[in-house]
Amino acid sequence: MIRKAGQTGLTYFLITLFILFTAFPFYWMLITTFKNDNELYRNREANPLVFNQAPTLDNLRLLFNNTNYQTFVENSLKVGIAVVVITVLLAVPASYSLARLAGAWGERLGIMIFMVYLIPPTLLFIPMSQIVSFLGLRDSLWSLIVIYPTFTVPFCTWLLMGFMKSIPVDVEEQAMVDGYSRFGAILRVVFPLALPGILTVVVFAFTLTTHEFIYALAFITTSSQKVISTGVTSELIRGDVFFWQAIMGAGLLVAIPVALVYNLFLDRFIAGFTMGAVTGK
Amino acid sequence: MGTVSEARGGPKLLDREGFLAVAMLMPAVLYIVFLVGIPFVMAVLFSFSDVSVGSPTIDRFTLETFNDVINDPVFRRSLQNSFVFTLFAQGLVLILATVLAILLNRNFRGKWIVRLLILLPWATPIAIGAINWLWLLDSVYSPLTWILREVGLIGAGALLGPRNVIWLGQETLAMASIIAIHVWRMLPLSTVIILAGLSSIPQDIQDAVQVDGASFLRGWFQVTLPLIRPILMVAMLFGIIFSFTDMTVVHVLTRGNPNNTTQVLASWAFYTGIEGGSLAKGAATAIFLMPVLLGVAILMLRVARRTEVR
Amino acid sequence: MAVVEIRQLYKAFGEVNAVNDVNLTIQEGEFLVLLGPSGSGKTSLLRMIAGLEKPTGGEIRIGGVVVNELPPRARKIAMVFQSYALYPHMTVYNNIAFPLRSVGMDRINIQTRVERAAKMFNIYHLLQRKPRQLSGGERQRVALARAVVREPDVFLLDEPLSNLDAKLRALARDELKQFQRQIGVTTVYVTHDQVEAMGMGDRVVVMNYGRVQQIGTPQALYRAPANTFVATFLGSPPMNLVEQDNCIIGFHPEHFLPKGIDQHMQSPITIPFEVTRVEYLGSERFLYGYVQGVGERTRVVSNIPSLVQLAIEAGRTYDFVADLHDLSYFDKMSGDRIAPVRLQIAQAAGV
Repeated sequence: MIRKAGQTGLTYFLITLFILFTAFPFYWMLITTFKNDNELYRNREANPLVFNQAPTLDNLRLLFNNTNYQTFVENSLKVGIAVVVITVLLAVPASYSLARLAGAWGERLGIMIFMVYLIPPTLLFIPMSQIVSFLGLRDSLWSLIVIYPTFTVPFCTWLLMGFMKSIPVDVEEQAMVDGYSRFGAILRVVFPLALPGILTVVVFAFTLTTHEFIYALAFITTSSQKVISTGVTSELIRGDVFFWQAIMGAGLLVAIPVALVYNLFLDRFIAGFTMGAVTGK
Repeated sequence: MGTVSEARGGPKLLDREGFLAVAMLMPAVLYIVFLVGIPFVMAVLFSFSDVSVGSPTIDRFTLETFNDVINDPVFRRSLQNSFVFTLFAQGLVLILATVLAILLNRNFRGKWIVRLLILLPWATPIAIGAINWLWLLDSVYSPLTWILREVGLIGAGALLGPRNVIWLGQETLAMASIIAIHVWRMLPLSTVIILAGLSSIPQDIQDAVQVDGASFLRGWFQVTLPLIRPILMVAMLFGIIFSFTDMTVVHVLTRGNPNNTTQVLASWAFYTGIEGGSLAKGAATAIFLMPVLLGVAILMLRVARRTEVR
Repeated sequence: MAVVEIRQLYKAFGEVNAVNDVNLTIQEGEFLVLLGPSGSGKTSLLRMIAGLEKPTGGEIRIGGVVVNELPPRARKIAMVFQSYALYPHMTVYNNIAFPLRSVGMDRINIQTRVERAAKMFNIYHLLQRKPRQLSGGERQRVALARAVVREPDVFLLDEPLSNLDAKLRALARDELKQFQRQIGVTTVYVTHDQVEAMGMGDRVVVMNYGRVQQIGTPQALYRAPANTFVATFLGSPPMNLVEQDNCIIGFHPEHFLPKGIDQHMQSPITIPFEVTRVEYLGSERFLYGYVQGVGERTRVVSNIPSLVQLAIEAGRTYDFVADLHDLSYFDKMSGDRIAPVRLQIAQAAGV
């Protein structure tokens, strides 16, 4: 019993350290968001980790009224959803084909596709900008929607391959015996069974798109077409002036709901990843 | 009752494996060929040419660009920094994520909120996360500096001297900060991946370890670690790719300063190629990312094969 | 219902011939069992009949039509997999309805058929459950219900009882056989369990290394195995084989009895049997030991029904008898069955 209690105590202690590391910056964001300029910049001796003056909503007002913040969020969502849709449409059939239909070269091709994911954006970036201009997509959300699948598709195909392999072949053959074509069996049995994997891929692809910064920074200059990453940084940093409180608020308002959603799906994500990357491959 | 001959149709397209294999794979492959394959070839061609923003067509092929790039001290510094940065960040992430995953794999009260707090860095777009750190490490208003002063590490005659810590302005400290931020950012994903590995260990094996009376550490090193080694590799490979090719953190925090001591290959390629306008040089610089990533890929292949044999 | 004909069927996986020149006609309404160890080609053969595997050579006809090029769905077959392959994401109802939906049957008809099949297999109360909420026996019934609901011409079963525990298996065997008789559909049943094969098959096909070893009724196979493989694969314990010169002599354990209870034998021969161990199994007694009168000293088994109360102890040698008419003879080189040869029995040896 004593040993058990000691272990629990140690668990909580270590967990606290980790939380301090991961979440302290968010506490700092939270407290900064609601501080007024006077408190933020003038009173250097006071404890910066608490409110020494009354908290204010002014900074959030600035964020919502004087910047295109809502547009940025909408744009990020639009890009994220569009990229997720394209990714699922391309990666799900491709992963099935590689896992089940393509035979011996399926595995090799699968790894080749995954290796595409390794090509650094910095390298592709320069020709990509020319392609974007050529397609007439410069300064449009569409440039991101077209480009982001270049990294989500390879990764998601690879992850789903493992998932597809973990689906019992029996069930698929059973559907064929039960009167369906090969494709019918895939559609009605395999894809529904792959749903946890597809969900994992949706979460992952969405995350990758919201994290992307360089393409968004270089291809879009019009404020109304910017996504959160680039919009917040460009509109709330004017020359040397940083609107810290508004920037922190902007980040917080994105991070917390997204983290909540992740947390909700985490168990499924872990299950999906386990099947995709551990058991399947 | 009908006979076989009355049953619907002969072989149709949707029954043919060969057709399906190609039809289902093609959209993804075409997408990748057009939007990755072509730019990749173009980038390689650029790096052997003299293209710039001023003259965007390839007039002649040359090795001079590579020569220029390699002889540039900033490039060398960036190359070195890339390795240091990736190695330290990844080593730390792997150790911390493993410990954290073990902790999260246990049952304890309040796990839900703990997970939420740990996932936060991954839920934040990295550019915003990096700006958050920029503010957190501000030379004047950093709460870390305030804490150090309060506990007496900064001040007249104190260990760190009387002056504020310029987190991002001193060479080693700036690099350390960049590494720390990367660890902060990668920790949630790596933890989740390792957690997936831990949860894939069959319960009976975990029980057997307990029954055998192995101490925690022995059970861990002799049973758990070998079992999750493949997924640890996966986590590590992800980490290496993310760290080695990322330039957002550097771009937001230091832009390579002070004195290019935090410059990495990816950011240097961006500054020379895009901001500096010499496309050829930028492409040539970025090409140097490839050998490392290719190494990673080969490792990947071997891991994949090993897991398959199992 | 249909006749299934298989002509010179081959299936190669790389260098290996999984199925090697198989010729077989399965009669209408027949219950045919494919019996063999793992890797014998029995499952490959079944999968080729189902259309899940393409033959390398030869022909399969169902109801007179060559089906080689037909996909599984066009063959009017139903199959039950070893794992039952229930669709985990569908309820039992939807599992059973799934084959009917493929032919675009209307809702009311589907419901009638699903409910009839469910009642037939006593799973009506489980219709709204998901497969993971079912026991092994219930899953097996769902799989059977799903298979019969389409009223297939041919019924293919791949070791459908191997996932059940021993108690349930005996019951399921009986039910399955009764049900097959009732609907009278041509059935091909794959198993590696000779008890299932002997108990259920109208005819049994014994396979090994991709080749058919013997086809016949269970009784015929048991009485006159075509070669030593069949002889040792059937029966529990299997036939005793004793070498003599260029020939192998075989006799079943239950045909090798202590002297004194040989009244029913037409031409008994006496063989000394050195008993080393005795096993009491309730309904019978297994005696393990050696015979030395016939050829080399060889380990054999005797199976005595418990009606015979004769005291037999381990470590002693007794006179045992076998009926000449019950002996099988095989060629030593090929293992194939041959005509009877003269036996030489050295009575005094080893005593």
